[in-house]
Amino acid sequence: MRAPDAHAGWLSTLGAWLLALLWILPLLYACWAAFHPSEYATKLVLTAPLTLNNFSLAWDAAPFARYFFNTSLLVTTILFMQLLLCTLAAYAFARYEFCGKNLLFSLVLIQLMIMPEILIVRNYQTLTKLGLVDTLFGIGLPYFASAFAIFLLRQTFRTIPKELVEAAEMEGASSLQVLRHVYIPLAKPTYLAFALVSVSYHWNNFLWPLVVSNSVGSRPLTVGLQVFSSTDQGIDWSIITAATLLTSGPLLIGFLIFQRQFVQSFMRAGIK
Amino acid sequence: MGLTSCLFDKPDALGSRQLMQTLRLQIYAYLLLLPAFIFLVGFTHYPALATLFDSLMSTPRGSRPAVFVGLDNYQGMIEDPIFWKSLVNNFWFALATIPISIALSITMALWVNDKMTGRQFLRMSYFLPTVLPMIAVANIWIFFYTPGYGLINQVLQAFGFAGQNWLGDPTLVLGSVTVVAIWKEAGFFMIFYLAALQGLSPSYKEAAALEGASSWYFFRRVQWPLLMPTTIFVLVNALINAFRMVDHIIVMTKGGPDNASSLLLFYLYEVGFKFWDQGYASALTAVLLALLAFVGLLQFFVLDRRTHYR
Repeated sequence: MRAPDAHAGWLSTLGAWLLALLWILPLLYACWAAFHPSEYATKLVLTAPLTLNNFSLAWDAAPFARYFFNTSLLVTTILFMQLLLCTLAAYAFARYEFCGKNLLFSLVLIQLMIMPEILIVRNYQTLTKLGLVDTLFGIGLPYFASAFAIFLLRQTFRTIPKELVEAAEMEGASSLQVLRHVYIPLAKPTYLAFALVSVSYHWNNFLWPLVVSNSVGSRPLTVGLQVFSSTDQGIDWSIITAATLLTSGPLLIGFLIFQRQFVQSFMRAGIK
Repeated sequence: MGLTSCLFDKPDALGSRQLMQTLRLQIYAYLLLLPAFIFLVGFTHYPALATLFDSLMSTPRGSRPAVFVGLDNYQGMIEDPIFWKSLVNNFWFALATIPISIALSITMALWVNDKMTGRQFLRMSYFLPTVLPMIAVANIWIFFYTPGYGLINQVLQAFGFAGQNWLGDPTLVLGSVTVVAIWKEAGFFMIFYLAALQGLSPSYKEAAALEGASSWYFFRRVQWPLLMPTTIFVLVNALINAFRMVDHIIVMTKGGPDNASSLLLFYLYEVGFKFWDQGYASALTAVLLALLAFVGLLQFFVLDRRTHYR
């Protein structure tokens, strides 16, 4: 080993750790402020007493239970519809030849570039016409067909060996049976990857739900948190950080437990 | 390729039974596509086209329906200083977030990919912002930036510097929200580089070690060129994100002070849902669509050409 390399190794380890600390600093601070009484929110005193009071104050100050329910329902509905619609579409693209296939596939890919949030003005009018403004269903609607899911599943379906499909057909399986018993089981890792990406995206989504929802009944957590921290509170950092941790809690805990799967899912989703 | 040529592309398969069979399969494929396409067309293609049409109409108010006004909305846009401010802000926002987050994400990926002490922890820390809601972390960043007792100012003052009003000073606010965007994005892009690095053959590294190449030389001459397809993928995503990230603006600054941190999509949101000016909001959407179409063409005609050696 040459000396300069060893030196660089030591320096970059230090750099890597400093950057990592900087990156989790917001979360560390949130934990500090949320678990201590509000007089310690802005100063670091190691002897400060621990408390869960901020969480119960935050929980009581806004209908977070309802928001949790809304977000969970929204995220599951979107994921279910995405998996259903996009599996069928990806199956058509991967298995069949038809007129205008390339054109239709390009039309799908356009959604990767122009995401629904860019078109909020016009999509809001559409929801108004459908009478779905201020409903959870309306928030989910534009996301039911996901170009990303179609693309990802098509790529996976195309790698499935022809022999397996032919064997299933020999046994008299119909097209949908082939999809159910051959394609879908073999694409499980892709489904998991997409599910994690979709859930974390829609758990955190904000702009479109903000525009569509204007009552407690349809507000997801992100919008609820915004309403809570901008109007109901002064600047009580302890309660705001407690509410912040509450909102990101389930996703955060899920991430810490399934860290490996999360990172690998995002990696899988990223490789074309 | 027209309908007939695509039905008759197998010249020896002209028997009427086979034709029926081909036709049946085609209809079946279309039926599989139909549900997804209803939503895709309804919420992407149709609104994109309808927006262009709407941008030529006035905003319907009360009993007055929308009327054709030609390019009036665009004329108003050219004379609107807030539009230009938001466009220029968005330009600087993109110019700062894209290269910095790409550089950071490569560095992170190289670090995590090396057998560095505690790489599990490092990977977790870098990736963490990706799973946190932007609106939630923006609240914490507001505290960091608060004048007086905010964390950044406390640290600055401890070292004898003057504190700044990070979100209240028009010259600092855009930089402050840019930092938040970079923090949020870099760990996400790291994942793509990490995946690419793990796909590289270890023999490159062994060869470089045998030759005694420095790690910088190895990166510049071997890893960076091999990572080019990933960089282009990340670049396109970062470009789209630069026009799409507004959550933190809504929470942290509301575009202020004096529109110093207003971005295009944020301004579009204000015009569309605060002033309810549908005609003008449609014209602003058209501008965003044009910018994204430009990104798409750039990717298709320039960037993808350069990665065809894959």
